[in-house]
Amino acid sequence: MSKLLTISPSPHVHTSDSVNKIMYRVILALVPALAWSVFMFGFEAIRVTLLAVAACMVFEFLIQKYIMKEVPQITDGSAALTGILLAFNVPASLPTWMIVVGALVAIGVGKLSFGGLGNNPFNPALVGRVFLLISFPVHMTSWPVTQHATVDALTTATPLALLKEGVNAGKPVSEILLDLPSNLEMLYGNMSGSLGEVSALLLLLGFAYMLWKNVITWHIPTFVLGTIFVFQGALWMLNPENFVEPIFHLLSGGAMLGAIYMATDMVTSPMTVRGQLIFGVGIGVLTVLIRNFGAYPEGISFAILIMNGFVPLINAYIKPKRFGGQK
Amino acid sequence: MSETIIYTMIALSAIGILAAVILYFVAQKFKVYEDPRIDEVETALPGANCGGCGFAGCRAFAEACVKENNLADLFCPVGGNDCMTDVASVLGLEAVKQDPRVAVVRCNGSCEHRPKTNQYDGALSCAAAAALYSGDTGCQYGCLGHGDCAVSCDFDALHMNHETGLPEVVDDKCVACGACVEACPKTLFELRKRGPKDRKIFVSCRNEDKGGVAKKSCEVACIGCSKCFKVCPFDAIIMNNNLAFIDSDKCKLCRKCVIECPTNAIIEVGFPPRKIKTDLPPKPAVKKEAPATPEVKASEETKTDNSDQK
Amino acid sequence: MLKTFKLGGVHPAENKLSASKAIEKLALPKSVFIPVAQHIGAPAQALVKKGDQVKVGQLLAKSGGFVSANIHSSVSGTVKKVDLAMDSSGYPKQGILIDVAGDEWEEGIDTSSTLIEKFEADSKKIIDKINAAGIVGLGGATFPTHVKLMPPQGMKAEMLLINGVECEPYLTSDHRVMLEKAPELLVGIRILMCALEVKKAYIGIENNKQDAIAHLKELTKADQSIQIVPLKVKYPQGGEKQLIKAVTGREVPSGALPIAVGAVVNNVGTALAVYEAVQKNKPLIERVVTITGKSVANPSNFLVRVGTPVQQLIDAAGGLPDDAGKIISGGPMMGKAIANTDIPVTKGTSGILIMQDKEAKREKVKTCIRCTRCVTVCPMGLEPYYLMTVSEKQIWENAEDHHIMDCIECGSCSYTCPADRPLLDYIRLGKGKVGNIIRSRKQ
Repeated sequence: MSKLLTISPSPHVHTSDSVNKIMYRVILALVPALAWSVFMFGFEAIRVTLLAVAACMVFEFLIQKYIMKEVPQITDGSAALTGILLAFNVPASLPTWMIVVGALVAIGVGKLSFGGLGNNPFNPALVGRVFLLISFPVHMTSWPVTQHATVDALTTATPLALLKEGVNAGKPVSEILLDLPSNLEMLYGNMSGSLGEVSALLLLLGFAYMLWKNVITWHIPTFVLGTIFVFQGALWMLNPENFVEPIFHLLSGGAMLGAIYMATDMVTSPMTVRGQLIFGVGIGVLTVLIRNFGAYPEGISFAILIMNGFVPLINAYIKPKRFGGQK
Repeated sequence: MSETIIYTMIALSAIGILAAVILYFVAQKFKVYEDPRIDEVETALPGANCGGCGFAGCRAFAEACVKENNLADLFCPVGGNDCMTDVASVLGLEAVKQDPRVAVVRCNGSCEHRPKTNQYDGALSCAAAAALYSGDTGCQYGCLGHGDCAVSCDFDALHMNHETGLPEVVDDKCVACGACVEACPKTLFELRKRGPKDRKIFVSCRNEDKGGVAKKSCEVACIGCSKCFKVCPFDAIIMNNNLAFIDSDKCKLCRKCVIECPTNAIIEVGFPPRKIKTDLPPKPAVKKEAPATPEVKASEETKTDNSDQK
Repeated sequence: MLKTFKLGGVHPAENKLSASKAIEKLALPKSVFIPVAQHIGAPAQALVKKGDQVKVGQLLAKSGGFVSANIHSSVSGTVKKVDLAMDSSGYPKQGILIDVAGDEWEEGIDTSSTLIEKFEADSKKIIDKINAAGIVGLGGATFPTHVKLMPPQGMKAEMLLINGVECEPYLTSDHRVMLEKAPELLVGIRILMCALEVKKAYIGIENNKQDAIAHLKELTKADQSIQIVPLKVKYPQGGEKQLIKAVTGREVPSGALPIAVGAVVNNVGTALAVYEAVQKNKPLIERVVTITGKSVANPSNFLVRVGTPVQQLIDAAGGLPDDAGKIISGGPMMGKAIANTDIPVTKGTSGILIMQDKEAKREKVKTCIRCTRCVTVCPMGLEPYYLMTVSEKQIWENAEDHHIMDCIECGSCSYTCPADRPLLDYIRLGKGKVGNIIRSRKQ
């Protein structure tokens, strides 16, 4: 026989799925929300997104090639995804240099300092976002007015910030709500906020696509959003004058974006369903706590980062149910 | 304001003192007596923690030295005789001298000598490949070439040569810890006595097949013809299962067997070039280069090859 | 709602190309190589020597212990030599090479195709006959059948499970046996039930074999003791433990044998072999083998004499395709790749699969992104990503603590890994090492 046969251990067939496909599918799932943000914020949204993606990919390439001395892996889509998620988490008016710094922190500190894809304990995009939020609080909380707003101003506040302001000033919730967008408006995305978080509906559309393509499972988003709903609902039932009803919290701020796209980051979430339950519930509880009682109006990024820190522990103690194991 | 400061200071100091007292008593309670000589012996050891002595590390070896109170069965291959003399002087014992050893690769079936019969496409690990089948050539005894040995070496003394597909030992760095002997699923490594000026002669083959089968699968296989066995004046060669083996303790490095071997399976390393004798038939040009000057590049290539698996 | 097992599982493309092809008899080979170790356990001891004349069905090698099996000649002719040759294990193994001359059968073997339904209901005699005929599990694991039929002291079988799942993609040999040899198969099942002294038998069949399910249901309408259980299509349903779970809902405890939950599992091919051994006196000398592959001209099912070189099967199916990159003995999930086509068909060869070049090569290994898919699909509830890491780093204690020995090597983890990591390669390696460590500890 002229040609040599290949020998390899079983199995000899392989699913057509790959890391690249997963990454690009997540990016594809984010496209509708991106399109909406362009519609809302105009050219600025494109500027921020392109910058963040480009900066993330360039930093990944440079660091892998010259500092880590590895073969750069920027084509796997993970750096691009980090860039998009970072852009989704900042206001459309953020200055260019801040985006670049954010990308450097996200890729350099959040990802590559731990060894790159697969080894980072914290979600890189959130590391970048939280770094920016703490370092440049003013820029990070000045939201540009949407292109279709009727108000004549340059900046505005997110529904969550307005709520917090009102509660801190001692107003009852029912009164504050009058100035806020309705739940329907928040669902389709007529509110102010970070690039990607405005339209809950389109984010859910992306979620449905990812479920269909088997990119992620339903567990973590459901656990996170369910916990926010139940916990906030309980608070609301106790005191409707101090706490807003739970649907508001699901639709406002980064709850959807965080639960569907950030908490489900494979690298930084637990391996088992029971672990994911703990993880999701933890994120939900922390988010509600920070939003209602903390200094920041929005808390899901902190909640996710804190729970990311628990993932190794969860993985070590929560084991999958074993076939034939003792019950 | 000042009251707060004072109370804080008092409270913290009190906690500190209390903790110190607790720590002291706990430390007393759980004190373990350790022979101070263990530390001394450990200092005398090289600290490579390679496990070449058969113990879990240098500390364990030091403990064993002190406990046994007899160095007959204990030897640190990395430190060698000097190190063992130090250990012996610490303990007031007699060190048993051993000849320094060096690892050799008993396979010379490079890509050109040993044609491939199939392509391996699994995990890049010799152990995984050996568990699957006999190898990607006709020889089931030879090197698989995935470099488990190079990974196992803590002393940077083993590198895969990507041209031959075989590992090469850097004699200067090899300390004969035996890690490669353990790592190789085909047991191709042997710790041989270091000859004068690192000269050595050995059968670089482990093929136990009958001559014809062996020769067919590899040009430089030992075919078990026993010619070397007959020519050796020192009875240093043992024939077993169609395979010759040179006992390095008996071998006097006379090189007679090297000339005799019809397949060049016997390798000489570190000798000056031989004077060409006209009465000898010219040998086919299959002489392994002395691995005393290996290419350092090989190690880097191995690393990049495995990096995607980390 | 169809039954299936709960934990994990994958759905590889079925590709049952030869499902509609009736079983054909393969022509006699010119020479056969019959390895003496075609089963799990001790190799058999060769009884013949060079130059001996042998007949079909003659005992060539005697069982080498309790967990071992007799080896019979599948052809008549002259013993050329008793020597080492490569078999599908990938290592040269002892075996008997026979030059074929004619087709002369040993006396007492009934070669007719008449169905004999009546049998002597004596458990011991049946098991002795099965033992003498050298029958082993034909599903691929080749565990000697007589051992399965003799439960250890203090254990009692409650039911017989017949494995007609054939969850491996491509393979169709069991499917064809169920369609074409159903009456014989059912007699074989009754014999096995009698040997085990059980009152109930279940035949588990995946739902993609509707015709076999209907056919067997029709034949067992009158018989309440044999029940056909259609199962949802999911790999690895044919795994012994998964099948028991799917059919009965019982879970074999970690480290235990199926008999611990009162079940004994046998393959349909085995049941047919049992019928032939007990009713026809015919030892296990031939089996149905699927020869298939996307580029194979004529994917088919052949009745093949043990020891026939794979090359002959390939020729009968239209020759080796030009783009053949890999030949697998068995199915694509658990089969073994073989290095050349001289390798013989043995008792455990359920199929020969020829893969195209482009299918045969693995993708480049990438880093683990902890997507949890290997954990999700593992039918044993293990953590393959972790087991691979500790096996690669040789931390055997951790591998043992994380139940590496529970792994059934089904390959679902490697199949599903999006980073193309060789999970099972390393787990198999670790399993071997940990197994050795456990054994040496017991001694």
